[in-house]
Amino acid sequence: MVKLKVKKQKENRFKLWFMVLPFTFCLLPCLCYSQPVSSSELINNAEQYDGKTVVYAGEVIGEVMARGKFAWVNLSDGKNSIGIWAERELLKELVYRGGYKVRGDWLEVTGIFHRACLYHGGDLDIHAQALTRISSGRAPAEFMSTSKRNFALALSGILFLVFILTQVILRHKNA
Amino acid sequence: MVFKPTIEDIKNIGYYLGRIILGLSLTMSIPLLLGFMLKEINPALDFLIAIEIALIFGMILTRLCYSKKELNWMQGMVIVSLSWLVAMALGAVPLYLSGHWKSYLDACFDAMSGFATTGLVLVQDLDHLSFTHNLWRHLIMFIGGQGVVIVALALFVKGASGAFKMYVGEARDERVLPNVIHTARFIWLVSIVYLVLGTFALATVGIFSGMKPFTAFFHGACIFMAAFDTGGFAPQSQNILYYHSFPFEIVTLVIMFLGAINFKLHYHIWQGNRKEIVRNIETQSLFVSIILTFSLVAIGLKQSGAYPQAFMLFRKGFYQLASAHTGTGYMTIYPAQFITEWSQLALVAVMVAMSLGGAVCSTTGAIKMLRVGIIYKALREDLKRIILPEHSVVVQKYHHIKWVFLEDKQVRSALLITLAYLVLYGAGSIIGMRYGYPFLNSLFESVSAAANVGLSCGITDMTMPAALKVTYILEMWVGRLEFMAVFTLAGFFVALFRGK
Repeated sequence: MVKLKVKKQKENRFKLWFMVLPFTFCLLPCLCYSQPVSSSELINNAEQYDGKTVVYAGEVIGEVMARGKFAWVNLSDGKNSIGIWAERELLKELVYRGGYKVRGDWLEVTGIFHRACLYHGGDLDIHAQALTRISSGRAPAEFMSTSKRNFALALSGILFLVFILTQVILRHKNA
Repeated sequence: MVFKPTIEDIKNIGYYLGRIILGLSLTMSIPLLLGFMLKEINPALDFLIAIEIALIFGMILTRLCYSKKELNWMQGMVIVSLSWLVAMALGAVPLYLSGHWKSYLDACFDAMSGFATTGLVLVQDLDHLSFTHNLWRHLIMFIGGQGVVIVALALFVKGASGAFKMYVGEARDERVLPNVIHTARFIWLVSIVYLVLGTFALATVGIFSGMKPFTAFFHGACIFMAAFDTGGFAPQSQNILYYHSFPFEIVTLVIMFLGAINFKLHYHIWQGNRKEIVRNIETQSLFVSIILTFSLVAIGLKQSGAYPQAFMLFRKGFYQLASAHTGTGYMTIYPAQFITEWSQLALVAVMVAMSLGGAVCSTTGAIKMLRVGIIYKALREDLKRIILPEHSVVVQKYHHIKWVFLEDKQVRSALLITLAYLVLYGAGSIIGMRYGYPFLNSLFESVSAAANVGLSCGITDMTMPAALKVTYILEMWVGRLEFMAVFTLAGFFVALFRGK
């Protein structure tokens, strides 16, 4: 009875290892691989990533610059911005482009990284194969800062006083 | 015996300083107007506050120190050196209020970098900065490139004979026209004409590169101001790499070289004297120097294997080199790539180019081509003296607008300024090393700051020590004014406390 129980336990353990090992060796690296690489990592280790497929995510910065069927879009992950060369079709979903009043859409791009792109005169860039919008941007309304307004008003008062005083000094000097 | 400055000296300095501050407040009204036009409320408020502060100080100084006396050399030099510090302190106010700079010191760093047309930045999240603040960043480069005092001379000073003393203090010892105020106005005329043409050219390229017309014109104007004044600021954090456009790079290259040319040469070219470009010692020196330094860059890049094609090597190598030599600081690579991708030979060649700079009476900083040319001629003269028979008379001359015979006085002056720059480069790099940065990186950043270039290998960052920020601010200031005005200011303070 005990022997049977031990055997069953061993079988279960084997089954568990049988399930875990393929996951560890196959699935986990795939999952890790699909984790976005930071811009600093790409720039500082450009040689290592050159010509490889990478996943990079960042906020759309500035304009989408159309060049025929393709377009340039710059994605910033907060540290640096990297130029993405993508088919315009892939950028259809894009709504918000980051600027002063706008927080741009966050895109995740899967594409080939170039340390010195042969097609673009040696630029460090990524040629997109797939683009996904991770989160939508927004254009929050701008409200006047009351502290700045009050400070400006107070300074206006001081300026007026200084002006009056300087006029008095001037008249006194002329007299 | 050291004479203590009199009350009259201090009043004269205060009065002109006040007028320069009032001039600065006037220039701040340009971004203020843009802020209102684009409905950027808070940025407009930042400028309103800065203008009010400038007006208060300007009015107090001009009224309290009211003076009609003419300036002497000491006063002129002190005014110039102080006006750059005051411009930095006031110019930093709207930047700091924007919240994109971690501290007021960081804002001062960028303001000095702008006025001195350096281009090193500590701004945070530049890609979300308002149009208003971005315009100001580039406008201060335009003002600084021409010279803070030149603004006041061109706008507010009428027939003041003391104007020349301030003009010289801003590292411009050459007059384009006999009258210094006419010279100041000519410098502004050249700049405005090129501003219109350059903005149009860049905007056209921008539109063809896929940008919207408004952004293309805004970026065009900003990039022109920073390129012509060999500054190096750009509206986006990627600098020129943002545009991914070869034509854009070519136009900026042309503008950078226009900015690196002597205004006197511009005048002669405008007058139809095109031969001067070929005969001038500065253009000759620049040409030779660019060929030599680029050869080294090309060998270095070939060594490192960063760029597999010759065209790529030329495009990246020449752009960075030209940007360094003209003192602009525009980049089409990331700062870290200088260290990770470029070989040390290429890096040293870029450093040499940065340290030499462009023409005198231009918007560039550093040792400058006229001095390099003079030192070379002097060396040739000495070699001839050794080689030729003892009784032979050796005369050396060079062409700079007219034929000039080389004199010992010119050689001494050129060597002194060169030596002073070398000391400044070295001092900055020693301080960099003191904070743990490697020698080559420290030297690169120090040369970039002191020569008012703006290329960075990654040291300049908001996290760098405050003392290093102050060091680079001082290097930018001293380098831009070419020492004399700053030495005079130091002497003035010594005399103030120790004089009798």
